[in-house]
Amino acid sequence: MHPVQAFCEWLAATALSTEIQSVGWIVPALQTIHILSIAIVMSAAAMVDLHVLGILSQSLPLAAVARRFLPWIWWTLIVLLLSGSALIIGEPGRSLRNPAFMLKMSILAAALVLTLFFQRGLRRDALFWEKSPGRRAGGRLLAVVSLVLWVGIVFAGRWIAYVNVGAV
Amino acid sequence: MSARSDLLNISQVFLWLYETTFATAIREGDALFPWIESVHVLALTLVVGTISIVDLRLLGVVSVNRSIASVTAEVLPFTWSAFACAVLSGSALFASHAVGYAQNFQFRMKLLLLVLAGVNMLTFHLTMGRGMGRWSEPGATPRPGKVAGLISLVLWIGIVAFGRWVGFESVR
Repeated sequence: MHPVQAFCEWLAATALSTEIQSVGWIVPALQTIHILSIAIVMSAAAMVDLHVLGILSQSLPLAAVARRFLPWIWWTLIVLLLSGSALIIGEPGRSLRNPAFMLKMSILAAALVLTLFFQRGLRRDALFWEKSPGRRAGGRLLAVVSLVLWVGIVFAGRWIAYVNVGAV
Repeated sequence: MSARSDLLNISQVFLWLYETTFATAIREGDALFPWIESVHVLALTLVVGTISIVDLRLLGVVSVNRSIASVTAEVLPFTWSAFACAVLSGSALFASHAVGYAQNFQFRMKLLLLVLAGVNMLTFHLTMGRGMGRWSEPGATPRPGKVAGLISLVLWIGIVAFGRWVGFESVR
């Protein structure tokens, strides 16, 4: 048997997993928490990215907007990982053997690296992404890529429910 | 016209909607429903996330050093655009199983909470909007604003919960 499948079958047989499976409201409740958390992360990322792109009000400097919103991404990520892990424990095969889930995790990794990189620049210098036309263009490119990645995460996440992976 | 025949007419409208080519294509296609659903989830995350920026400001949790008026002006146009996308995509999803959704308890609760959120927002705008001077200064929110923010936050959490719950119900 494939090791991932073996792991899924083992996980699905644990007491915690059977508990999550047997209580009807747990999965919808976890998914609700997960979606509410995505709402926070998605909107925080959008507020910063749209500011960089000049679409939202420019009354605050970029560094202040980033300070206001980026911490929400990192703190909410903890809730996302916890609720997501609980959902995986409840139905391991649904995600761990699912290409849509793998895609989602890969895009998430890329989005987080990008956010760290963006934040590191600002930490070094509040005007890091505004100093020269080149930096400005770089910042805008990062903002567009970041938006595309977060949208991709939401889409791939929803598609986990539709990519059929069979039993467990 | 009696209440009974009104009800009949409404269910006929849902049946007609269900049978349109558009709704049938979403229902019977392999990928159309998930794609539209993905757009719906994306739109609703932006609606709920940006509304909670305003609600948390009203509650005095974030951005207290900025005025409610400026936070609202910055965020709400964006919220409304996302809301328009959520309504459009949501209507398409509804049409695909119109009869089933219309009878579904969770779906009805979701719509009810949406209406209540609208009433809450309208009340807020009508009562506070008049004295907007008070809202254009940084600092603590007057009590009615805090209440409106809290109600909004609770309602939107409910809307997401009932919306997700609809997906676990058989509406076919």
